Order: sequence, then structure tokens, then C-alpha cells
Amino acid sequence: MSVRRLAEAQPESFSPNRETTAFAKAAVKKYPTGKQASAVIPLLWRVQEQNAGWVSEPAIRWTAEFLDMPYIRVYEIATFYTMFNLQPVGTFHVQLCGTTPCMLRGSEDLKTVCRKVIGDQMKVTSDGKLSWVEVECLGACTNAPMVQINKDYYEDLTPEILERILSDLREGKEVKPGPQNSRHRSEPLGGALTLLGDVSAKRAKPKAAAKAKAAPKAKSATPSKAKATPAPAKSASPAKPKKPRGVKAPKQPDDLKLISGVGPKLEGTLNELGIYKYAQIAKWSKGEIDWVDDYLSFKGRIERDDWIKQAGALAKGVDEYVRVFGKKPK
Amino acid sequence: MSDMRTVKIDGVELEVPAHYTILQACEEAGAEVPRFCYHERLSIAGNCRMCLVEVKGGPPKPQASCALGVGDLRPGPEGQPPEIFTKTPMVKKAREGVMEFLLINHPLDCPICDQGGECDLQDQAMAYGIDKNRFAENKRAVEDKYIGPLVKTIMTRCIHCTRCVRFSTEVGGVEDLGLAGRGEDAEITTYLENAMTSELQGNVIDLCPVGALTSRPYAFQARPWELRKTESIDVMDALGSAIRVDARDREVMRIMPRLNEEVNEEWISDKTRFIWDGLRTQRLDRPYVRKNGKLEPATWDEAFAAIAEKIKATTPDRIGAIAGDLCAAEELYAFKDLMSALGVTNVDCRQDGTPLGEKGNRAGYLFNPGIAGINEADAILIVGSNPRLEAPVLNARIRQHWRNNAVQIGLIGEVADLTYDYEHLGAGPESLTELVEGKSKFHALLAKAERPLILIGQGAIARGDGLSVLGHLAKLAADVGATGGDSGWNGFAVLHTAAARVAGLDLCVLPGGEDALGTRGMLSAAGKGELDVVYLLGADELRMKSLGEAFVIYQGSHGDAGAHRADVILPGAAYTEKSGTYVNTEGRAQMTTRAVFPPGDAREDWTILRALSDALGHTLSYNSVDQLRAAMYEAAPHLAAIDQREAGAAGDLEELANAAGRMNSSAFSSTISDFYLTNPIARASAVMAECSALRRGRKLDAAE
Repeated sequence: MSVRRLAEAQPESFSPNRETTAFAKAAVKKYPTGKQASAVIPLLWRVQEQNAGWVSEPAIRWTAEFLDMPYIRVYEIATFYTMFNLQPVGTFHVQLCGTTPCMLRGSEDLKTVCRKVIGDQMKVTSDGKLSWVEVECLGACTNAPMVQINKDYYEDLTPEILERILSDLREGKEVKPGPQNSRHRSEPLGGALTLLGDVSAKRAKPKAAAKAKAAPKAKSATPSKAKATPAPAKSASPAKPKKPRGVKAPKQPDDLKLISGVGPKLEGTLNELGIYKYAQIAKWSKGEIDWVDDYLSFKGRIERDDWIKQAGALAKGVDEYVRVFGKKPK
Repeated sequence: MSDMRTVKIDGVELEVPAHYTILQACEEAGAEVPRFCYHERLSIAGNCRMCLVEVKGGPPKPQASCALGVGDLRPGPEGQPPEIFTKTPMVKKAREGVMEFLLINHPLDCPICDQGGECDLQDQAMAYGIDKNRFAENKRAVEDKYIGPLVKTIMTRCIHCTRCVRFSTEVGGVEDLGLAGRGEDAEITTYLENAMTSELQGNVIDLCPVGALTSRPYAFQARPWELRKTESIDVMDALGSAIRVDARDREVMRIMPRLNEEVNEEWISDKTRFIWDGLRTQRLDRPYVRKNGKLEPATWDEAFAAIAEKIKATTPDRIGAIAGDLCAAEELYAFKDLMSALGVTNVDCRQDGTPLGEKGNRAGYLFNPGIAGINEADAILIVGSNPRLEAPVLNARIRQHWRNNAVQIGLIGEVADLTYDYEHLGAGPESLTELVEGKSKFHALLAKAERPLILIGQGAIARGDGLSVLGHLAKLAADVGATGGDSGWNGFAVLHTAAARVAGLDLCVLPGGEDALGTRGMLSAAGKGELDVVYLLGADELRMKSLGEAFVIYQGSHGDAGAHRADVILPGAAYTEKSGTYVNTEGRAQMTTRAVFPPGDAREDWTILRALSDALGHTLSYNSVDQLRAAMYEAAPHLAAIDQREAGAAGDLEELANAAGRMNSSAFSSTISDFYLTNPIARASAVMAECSALRRGRKLDAAE
């Protein structure tokens, strides 16, 4: 971080648009009368959004006047918080995390890309599209290295991917935020590694304990109940794993992603196995479930997420799903 | 506060109020705690960490003693008092650590730093620091900021204590300064490096514990150890702020505030502080006599002879005498003595033409509640005054009271930024009449208040109907219970602008008798040719043109309006060059001390009057200042009680109230239009001229 100063070239004036004015009035209302200055950070944030991503000197003055604060007080705040850009930025402002985890995972190479594609930090490209700055930890260390572009995180980057993203943004193509390799959010690469067993039984435990606490009389009865619950699961497990039967790709495959727990990656894998329809999943036997579970090294996620019930409901239609689960599929 | 706590500091048990901080408790116990950011008159920031102490029972880490209350300490397991240590190895190590961090980025430029020799950081580094530096990197460098013509910045030296920011926000009431940026890159600055606008900004120089904020006019002028320090009293306004005049050889090098809780606490205005360059320029250092329309240097004898010739050629009723705003009581007394010896009755010490002292007693022209009394008032009415310009330090006290106790303030007169909120009740006498008749809501507020204070500016009374206005105000004061009462509270407060005025009124330097002329009368009479001789004792704030053809004798220190008009000039001494008694607006007699000698042939004013009396054949009876003072004390005994405040009796206002009559309708306006140029010394000062120009420019900007 370096000394933060106002930009040398400043616009003549700042006039809030209707949304900004409405936002400002609403923000002030959140605080008691006379304490309107508390709204200074939301206001500066909103002003920055309106002003193409940066806070100009007239905008500081407008904020101060709106909140009845001395200019210097707003100036102090605008210079203190690094998330207020005091220099103009590009349409796509890249905040590149350079803190230790990202650095260890290759953020230095990303910086080279930025320098090559965009130029120096806080310098806007000649087409006005891109600018970049190195920032401290953005809290996505699991998916290091990463950048934030405007409001979205782009994670698990490689120099090539970042370069592609930057050029796509520049050309106005749509870019998918989130992890850029196949992984789902911040799960381990290739799927979850923990909590894979049938934990529904284990989950019952704390609940029972809580009940026991609430009703001390039932104390003696509860433990046996809790013990009894996992038993059926155990007895059911020895079923022989069996590969589910697949079918050829139908003309209209179901959107398996609607099943909670199935993402685009997983859908592809299932399709490879010849699984295209909700009905197929709904009919899986215990053995088939175990086989798929093992194949995907899911450690019990199919049962945990109850794909069978979900698929059964979805096979009958979205309305049925809503009736059973009380919410729309994602 | 009766809530007392027992604490043990370095093994000594003592009782302190629960609201004390540990640092205050340590001071009470006589334990020394170094500090940079803590200042007893400012809010607590707790950011320098220099005041770390060890607290037993607390967490096992050093505690910032300035920010931890005694009331928050836990007692021991058996109820033993909490223990605080200021001399343990842990504390020593903590201080050394803090000092090492502070010095990482502090430049080692003490030999060229103006703060050198009186620098808190320098002193404390010697006392609590270590002699090594383990930091091998480059030091931080910060661009200097322009924050006005008075305060110079060398920002690399700043240690971010934020005292200056807190002062300008809390005491000054003008939020100019701020801390921009964060961490290592934090910088003290004004918004876009505009000049500060406070009249008290010079105080940040004293507050700055390092050399980051220093006096711009004093830069590279002198070293503190080569200065001769003289304790004295300020005469720039009627507060009589306690000052210390630092001089080297024959020159005043700077003026600093002294502590006086009753008057100025530890602040002084910029005019008081930066006036000293005016003491060197435009000085009258020899007598002059006008010959053939041109002032020519003369000897004392020639000047006296010219005066004697004129005075002997005329009659006493055709002589006028006006005393100015900066005169000490000694010369006022000698002046009046000489005039009565000559039989002159046209004498006045009120060159602004107020009616003060004409009716009623001493309470009729004093700031009766006292300056410290502002802190006790529960409602304040300001009439015809802009205290921010007329007495900035007093204004800071009103602001402090308003901040701490949310006192209700009303104003009749010009609307101005006084640094606190007030209710504007109107512009002139009409609003005053309304208030006196109880038609205004503020009347009820004043009446309900136990200690209402009515602050009367010269702007309300320096006008033709001044006596009537004063009468109405006295009536109002009696009406709302501002005077009398069992508490002895007298809220009738006249705020003077001239340091000499109260002493002049005390010594009755006023027109003697019914036919005698006051300032206004003398001016119009002189214009009509009815006065042959006018004697101006340091009186410059007059329209010199209206003196007409009269023979003008000017006695004073600076070549200003009076000297330009004069036919004979007698060079006198400025306030730093004589020992004189001044009575401030609240009636407190204080004495200045001579710091340097007057330049050239200039003499102390009373000696000039004494010598002149000899030449005129009416020799005054005293040969030394002690004899003069003995005589003066006989006339006004309270002048002998130096540093004591002699209040007037509240009952004295009744006679004044009877003077309430018709008032004309023109609005009240403050008598001070330009804060920086109110007297001959200020007008001779280049620094004050720069400040004045800056403010004028700002006013123009605002008008556009």
C-alpha cells in the first residue's frame, strides 16, 4: 500500500443521479437525527459506483455537504479505506490478491500477466476497459490464486486463464465467475473428502442430546434410542455394490443439476455412466447407490443428500418437488 | 465527585476520584509518566503508546495509562487496592520499544529543527529511549503541507499523535486539520492544503510534541536556550492573556502563552502570538516636530518646547485629550494628572465612543461573571458582539462550555460563524426591545436559568444611543435575575476589546464635568475649529480627518494613523518594553514586565508625561514609577491587588437601568471588521497583514 492521494485530474463537478440520492436519503434515515454522518461509508461506496468506480474530489465535497460534515472528515475516510479508489479505474477493475497463500500459489505470475495485458498498477488501459491493483487478502485462500474483478471473484487461476478472462472481458464476452478449474466452490479438487459417511444418524445424536437436556425426565430413555438409530443403516450396508444400468442419451435428458448436490461436472460424469433421467436415479437400489458412491468417491453423499427421493419427486415434476421439500429446486 | 478509589502506585497508596485515568492518578502520586498524544485539555486518543504502565491484576501486558480509568481496575483477590507500577523492567522495556518504533521514521535533524531544545520527543528519547537503532530500512519521507502563513510543517517529523487535529476540532471549533491515509502513510493535512481558518491555530505549534508544526515567522530565528524569557500580559484584546515574551538582545523573538486557568487556560490567539514582528517595524524611535508641513526629527527639548508654546497660547477648554487602547494604567494616571493640572476637562479614554462609565458604577462596565464564570452560566445571550474576533480565547471557552454542557446561546447582532450553535434572535435594538419586554421565547429561557449571562459587545454600545442600549440591557439583566440574587451571580458581562479600557474607566479618564467633551464631542469640535490642541496618547482608531486644523500631539510607539496626522510626535514604549498595569475585561489587574528596552530615544510613556509636565510648568509629583504607583493605588486601590479580580457590586446596575431610553433602529455590528489589524502594532506586522489579506481573499471567494 502506498500513500493515497486524490487524482490530479478531477472532474468539474459531481451530481448524484436519482438512485444515489434515494440511496443517500435512505442511508441517512438508518441513523438517529444528528448522527447522519454515520452514513458516510455507504454513501461514498454508492458515489463510487455511480462515478465509474472511483471517488472524485467533487464527489467527496458532495458527500460532505449532504451529510453536513467538514470536507476534511470525509477526506480522512476516503483516504483511509483502500476500497475507495481515488484514481479513475477501468470498466473492469482487477484487484489481484498478493498475500502469502495466493503468492505461494502463483500470484506473482498473475501480476506479470496484468503488467503485460494492462500495464502498471492503477493505470487504465487506453480503451478504458481494464485496470488492476494488488490488494491484501480477499479471503479466498482455498482457491488461490485469485482476483476480484468488479464485484466477482475469479479463482483457481493460471496465467493463461487470467489472460483469457481479461481478453474476454475486453471483447465483451461473457465470463464465468468462480473457480476456473473443474472444482465446485471451495471443495477439494475432485469432490469432497470428508463427511462422506451416512451422517444422518450421527446428526440425530446432538438433537437427541438437546432433547435430553430439555426434558431431564427422559434422560434414561434417550441414549438407547440414539444407539438404536444407526443400527438399520449398518444392517443395510452389506448390500453388494452393483453398477446401475445406463441408457443411450435420450433426445430430452433431464436437467440433473436440479438435484441438490449435482453440479455441471457431476452431471457430465453421470451422463457418461448413461444416467440421463430422474426416473433412473429414483429407481436405484442400495447396491447401485453404493457403487455410484464408490465410483465418485462420495462417501455417502448420495444418501446424505437423498438423491433418490429428490429424483423421485423431480420425475413427477417441479411442483411435486416443491410439495415434498417445501422449496423450489435450485 | 465523592466516588473515590484507592490505588497503589509504585507501592504508595493513595485515593483518587474514580473518573481519573491511571495517568492522572500517577501524576497525583508524583510518578512520572511520559506521553505524547495525551493532553489534559483534549480528548483522549491513546495512540502514541508512550504512557504504558504495568497494572497488577490486569492482563499481563503493558497498559496505556492515559486511556484506562482508575474505576475500571480490579481489586486484588482479598480486596486489596489495584496496583500500578511505573518503574518496573516491563515498563522500561515497553517504553524503550515504543520509543524505538517512534524513532524509526523520525528524522535525525534535531540540529536544524526549530523544536530542538524544547522537543518532547528529544527529551523523552534521552530519558526513556535506547541509544541504538535496529531498523536498517529507509526512513519514511512525507511531503510538507501548506496549512497557512502561521504554521510551518515539516511532516516527516510527525509522529501522528493527532493533538493538532483534536485541538482544531475540539477547542478551535474549526475542523481544518485531519489525518489522511492510514498506518505508516498517515499524514496530517488540511483539505486540499487550504490555510487553516481558526484564530487560535498558533496553539497547535505548542501542542505539537515534535517539530512537525512550528512557527513559520519564527523559523530559524533563534534557539530556545539563547532567549531571555519574561513573563508578561498580552494587550491585543481585553482578556489580558498570560504570555511569556522571549527576547534576544534588543528584539522580541517570539511570544508564548503562559498558564492562567482563570483567563486564557493555556491558549492565546494568533494576534497575540504572532504580533512580535510588528514590534520592530514602523517604530517611532525619536521625537518629531512638523515644520513647514513636514515632520522632521527633533530632540526631546525641541518637541517639548513646541508643545509648551502651543499649550501656553491657548485656554484649557480648547484642548482635548484622548487615550488609546494599549495604554497601561500608569500612563493613563499620569495623563489624567497632567490634564487636570493644566485644567483640561475634555479627556476621554474611550476612543470608540461608548458610554461606559458614564452612569452607574464599576459593575456597569465589567465582565462581571468573570471569564471562568462562563463555565457556570446556564444560558448565554450575546448582544452586538462577535466574540470569535473580539476575544478568540474567551470564545473558545464559550465553545467548550457549549460542547460539554450544551448551554443555550442566543445572539442579537450580526450572524457569524462563532464555532458553536446559537439561536439568532435578531439584528438590532428591535429584537432587544422584544426580548426586554418578554415577548421573545428566549426571555423565558433566560428567566428560568439560574445563572444567565448577558454578553455585551462594544458593537451594541459604541453608537449614539449606546447608553440607552446599555440601560435596556441592565434592565433585562435585572429582569431575568442575572444580577443580585443570593448566589452573588452577576451575569451582566461587558466584553471590552481594548486592553487599556477598564483601567482607564477605573481611573476615571473621562470627561470631567457637564460641559466637558467626550471623544465624539472632541472630534466634532476639532472639526469645527473649536479645539486648538488635541493630545493623542496612543490613540489611532479615530478618523484623523475630523481633527481639522487642530495642533495634534501624538505620543505612542508606532507610526500609524495618529503619527501621520501629528504635529509633534513623542516616541513611547510598546507593551513589551515597559512595566505597566492592565486591567482586563473582568476587572483583573495584571502587570506586564519589561522584556526589552524601547528603541532609540523612545521612553516609557509615564516618564514622557512627567518630563513634559516639567516643560509645561506643572511638574507632576512623582519621580519614580513606585511613587507614581503609590499615588495611583490611592486613587484606585484595587489596582494594587495584582492578579486579583475585583468585581463590581451587582446593585450598581440599577442606576444604569434607569438610563434605558429610545434606541434607533440600526442593527448592531461588531466593532472589529478585521481581526488581524485592530491596533497600531498589528498594522505594523507583516505577518498580520498576510493573514488579513488571506482572510479578505477568502471572503471574496465566498461572496462570488
